[in-house]
Amino acid sequence: MSKQPAIELRNITKTFGKVVANKNVNLTAYHGEILSILGENGSGKTTLMNMISGIYFPDEGSIHVNGEEAVITSPKDAFAYKIGMIHQHFKLVDVFSAAENIILGIDDGKYNLKKSTEEIRKISEQYGFELQPEKKIYTMSVSEKQTVEIIKVLYRGADILILDEPTAVLTPQETTKLFEILRRMRDDGKCIIIITHKLHEVLSLSDRVSVLRKGEYVGTVNTAETSESELTEMMVGKKIELNINRTDVNDPKDRLIVKNISCINRQGAVVLDDISFTAKGGEILGIAGIAGSGQRELLESIAGLQHLTEGEILYHNPKTDSIDNLRDKTPVQIRELGVRLSFVPEDRLGMGLVGNMDIVDNMMLRSYTKGKSIFLQRKAPKDLANKIIEDLEVVTPGASTPVRRLSGGNVQKVLVGREIAASPKVLMVAYPVRGLDINSSYLIYNLLNEQKEKGVCVIFVGEDLDVLVELCDRIMVIGSGRITGIVDGRTTTKEEIGLLMTKSKEETKESSDDN
Amino acid sequence: MIVQFICRAILLGVPLLYGSTGEIITEKSGHLNLGIPGIMYTGAISGVIGAFLYEHACGNDADKMNGILAILIPFLCAIIGAMLMGLVYSFLTVTLRANQNVTGLAITTFGIGIGNFFGGSLIKLTDSDMPSVALSKTSQFFCTKLPFADDLGWFGDIFLSHDFLTYLAIAIAIGTSFVLNRTRVGLNLRSVGENPATADAAGINVTKYRYLATCVGSAVAGLGGLQYVMAYANGVWSNNAFGDRGWMAIALVIFALWKPSIAIVGSLLFGALCNANNYIQGLGTETQELFKMLPYVVTIIVLVFTSMRKKREHQPPESLGLNYFREER
Amino acid sequence: MTTKQTVKSHREPLFHVAKRDDMAWWQAWLIRAVTIILSVVAVGVISMMLTEKSLFETFEIMYRGVFGRIETGSTVMLWKYLQEIAILLCLALALTPAFKMKFWNCGAEGQALMGGFAAMICMIELGGKVPDGALIAIIAVASMLTGALWGLVPAVFKAYFNTNETLFTLMMNYIATQIIAYYVYIKGGGSNIIQPVTHGNLPVIGTNRYLVNILIVAVLTVIMFVYLKYSKHGYEINVVGESQNTARYIGINVKKVIIRTMIISGAVCGIAGMLLVAGTDHTINTKTVGGQGFTAIMISWLGQFNPFIMVIMTAIVIFLRLGTAKVADTCLLNASFADIAVGIVILCVVGCEFFIRYTFKFRHKKKEETV
Repeated sequence: MSKQPAIELRNITKTFGKVVANKNVNLTAYHGEILSILGENGSGKTTLMNMISGIYFPDEGSIHVNGEEAVITSPKDAFAYKIGMIHQHFKLVDVFSAAENIILGIDDGKYNLKKSTEEIRKISEQYGFELQPEKKIYTMSVSEKQTVEIIKVLYRGADILILDEPTAVLTPQETTKLFEILRRMRDDGKCIIIITHKLHEVLSLSDRVSVLRKGEYVGTVNTAETSESELTEMMVGKKIELNINRTDVNDPKDRLIVKNISCINRQGAVVLDDISFTAKGGEILGIAGIAGSGQRELLESIAGLQHLTEGEILYHNPKTDSIDNLRDKTPVQIRELGVRLSFVPEDRLGMGLVGNMDIVDNMMLRSYTKGKSIFLQRKAPKDLANKIIEDLEVVTPGASTPVRRLSGGNVQKVLVGREIAASPKVLMVAYPVRGLDINSSYLIYNLLNEQKEKGVCVIFVGEDLDVLVELCDRIMVIGSGRITGIVDGRTTTKEEIGLLMTKSKEETKESSDDN
Repeated sequence: MIVQFICRAILLGVPLLYGSTGEIITEKSGHLNLGIPGIMYTGAISGVIGAFLYEHACGNDADKMNGILAILIPFLCAIIGAMLMGLVYSFLTVTLRANQNVTGLAITTFGIGIGNFFGGSLIKLTDSDMPSVALSKTSQFFCTKLPFADDLGWFGDIFLSHDFLTYLAIAIAIGTSFVLNRTRVGLNLRSVGENPATADAAGINVTKYRYLATCVGSAVAGLGGLQYVMAYANGVWSNNAFGDRGWMAIALVIFALWKPSIAIVGSLLFGALCNANNYIQGLGTETQELFKMLPYVVTIIVLVFTSMRKKREHQPPESLGLNYFREER
Repeated sequence: MTTKQTVKSHREPLFHVAKRDDMAWWQAWLIRAVTIILSVVAVGVISMMLTEKSLFETFEIMYRGVFGRIETGSTVMLWKYLQEIAILLCLALALTPAFKMKFWNCGAEGQALMGGFAAMICMIELGGKVPDGALIAIIAVASMLTGALWGLVPAVFKAYFNTNETLFTLMMNYIATQIIAYYVYIKGGGSNIIQPVTHGNLPVIGTNRYLVNILIVAVLTVIMFVYLKYSKHGYEINVVGESQNTARYIGINVKKVIIRTMIISGAVCGIAGMLLVAGTDHTINTKTVGGQGFTAIMISWLGQFNPFIMVIMTAIVIFLRLGTAKVADTCLLNASFADIAVGIVILCVVGCEFFIRYTFKFRHKKKEETV
């Protein structure tokens, strides 16, 4: 071994309550290389890196930096070892300027914001970043914030850089640019660790790949000697083919007609821009796009949770054959119109369910207003809870357990179970398999297909293009709040969708530049 | 008349300025310390005890008393007493992560209890007919005017005639403003109150900053109690005389939009409002009572106004009232 | 090498703190009970040191202060004890729905004072002009309405502008105090005392003037428990408190719930004010509520927002207050000793929550295995 190991993890174990996040993980990264840490959502990648950067402290095991055992109890220790982490959720103070955020926590003699600002300018010029150091964070776009985060680490002269899912919020162009910078740093002798679950990024960027599965270390391979299928196998355990059952659509009827809707968020940015589409009963309409392109706002608009500036949402009621406009109606008003709308939001415990309430009380969320009595009726929800626990094989000590204590997959089963139990005519699901294991994911796909066969109009917002392509009948692609294309799920390819996702950014950027 | 009014407003405003500067320091670290009223009481009584013991040690003879010691002993006692209360508060809220509102209110109950208990005990010790302890000799040392104050007419009265704690209050407020906005410590402290997770990730010791801010803030607030007794009340302690000034100090924090420099002006305004009733001709005593609610009404108006305008820089520190636990998931 | 030196001073921590939520309810209550007992003993020890009486004697005096007889009359102290519990509990009950909604109503003091104020006005202005039975009904309605109004104002601003309610409600207390001061000055004719009014007093059941207050609060306790646990309103309060996002998602009108809940909270505070003015004192001054509005905040929180547990907590706090007051009285200590005692116990109980919600994890250092 000629290369010096920059960082070495030995037998690291970390638990949160009863959940084992990492179990006996061993890992080595060298100077002058890019190491990818690959794993599904919830495989413990971020927890592991948080231990290197001092956010968490391992229950067992040791960390070695440059061959010496290192005790990293705080991020400050991590800096001392020249370890810098760029978190997926940016750690920035909103009311501070970029420069203030960058120098935060550094003690290098006299406090001189002007001088520091100059240095920051120099660094950003050196790498070709565009950054105004005086700009306040709360006025910044997502990619600007990421730039601040990266410069923050560079400013500290980090030798070991850890990036947690850095491309999740970037456009392909921005990603390419970032990768170039990372390669330049590697050639500089720095050790780059990048956490991801995107295979093509792993293959195009990294020198070696370490794989985690359910908190355990699976192995490390050289990128040059591996293939996508081998990595997938390491990641998921056994070789799986995404064999999602897709039945033919029979007799689709227009159920939801969305006409030219636009929406502005609290900060005054346009999040939905002139969106029009029709969703039909008996089909699954997929929605693809880079995270934060307006998917959430779109679903919330239909569910009556967003105020629209323009357009209308028409619901075709199959029972009465009447057409209702859902725009600017509250969820209660929508329900009173007889619209059978179910919605599985992205934020399960923050929106769909209440973590501190038990399963029975969570079942009531949708139905508690039923009846004239001022008191709650707990009998029916209790039966429903038990039925869902049985049918969907929810692992729980009982129906009176707070949902916060369930694992991610079981939480999702409770939520999806409840929404389907309302026998909807329109079912909207956002990232329903995020953080779920393979078995739970398939259970969810099957449930969606079942609903489709019953003639329900299913709207599926997904992030995994493979799943979208295999599950959905039609796929609508959005970017920056605009529709960039609607394609047939049976004939399209991942590449086509990927292209549509990226095309939009450019167009929107140009049009906004004109303004 | 106007000169007297302004002097009076300053005298009334200074305890509030101390209290609110202390509370601003604490709140900037993300802790809403509702214990400030109790802490100011504790500061006041600690100072009184110190002064009382020193006066007794000198045989109640003003000539034997050393001016520096007469000031320094109560001064340090007030700081230490208030700081201890701040320490209890921060131990409970920072280390044990107890609910800040409940802890703060308990500290207030406790602090006012301590003030009145020791105050009452001292009163009994002196065997006087009045329900109060008079420390007029110590008070004289505190209230020594600057030279030339009497020679310069209204200018001297308004700017030079005050006790040294008044000047110290302004100095502390200006100093706090400087530290918060122009130094690394201030930057770090503000980040801890805005977003402790970020501060932590940047290598700032959140626990240390929160402890320090709370204890220093408490010490500053405690001096407000001392100033009240020694300057406003001329060294006379009587139970409950300090009244609701602690709450008014908290109100002033909101009024000042968490800026010590505005608090200086604000405290003068509050002092004037508390006092205006005595100087407006033809007010009955009953109307004077109504007048006393003005500072609170003004505070509510400011509170409502800032929440309606939603300007980011004028909002409370973002994580105010929330305890921080690094391994929160 | 330089990096090594800067880090070398760090030792491996012996343990670290982690969150837990798997503690059984009985364990949690055991911890709280032990804390309360230990802190009460600590209060006993402190008073022992101050009074030079034995610990046993101290507690004996405390016991007499609560359950003994007043030397001259035949009134048992116990009634006084129950009355004080009733008032403090009433205020704590009032705050609970608001707290459950995560609305920090620190304005019980002012809301109760305004309720009492309304009662006082009715008693003075309508006394003798309206039959007493009708007057009591008017008083009840008026007290609840004014209390509710005092809770409504901050709630409206919270709902529409997200104005900080902790500070708003605090300020409202002092506005109420000054209104009372103004009124007392006018009606007291310069003496600052309103003579007790005989009209519109709550009825005396049997010979006991406190019984009606106690019964009213007992009924309120049950009602509040049922309201929070079994009514649709209670469910909505819970959802809004846990997650406003979820509340919006299922179509709860969050603004409406905030305002409605604060009206209820204020109205119950108004009842407490009425019990104090029409039921007990028959007069009013700025100290009528006497800071109990703040103690009630702590009671509600210590009782985990469960009305029945709040009964126990109130009983403990009032026991301490009366008991230590008796100790202070007997041993010529200052009466504020009671405040110190209550403060100590509450601070201890607040602190002990840590041991319920968190746990210490000790590191098991594994021997380096050479395999």
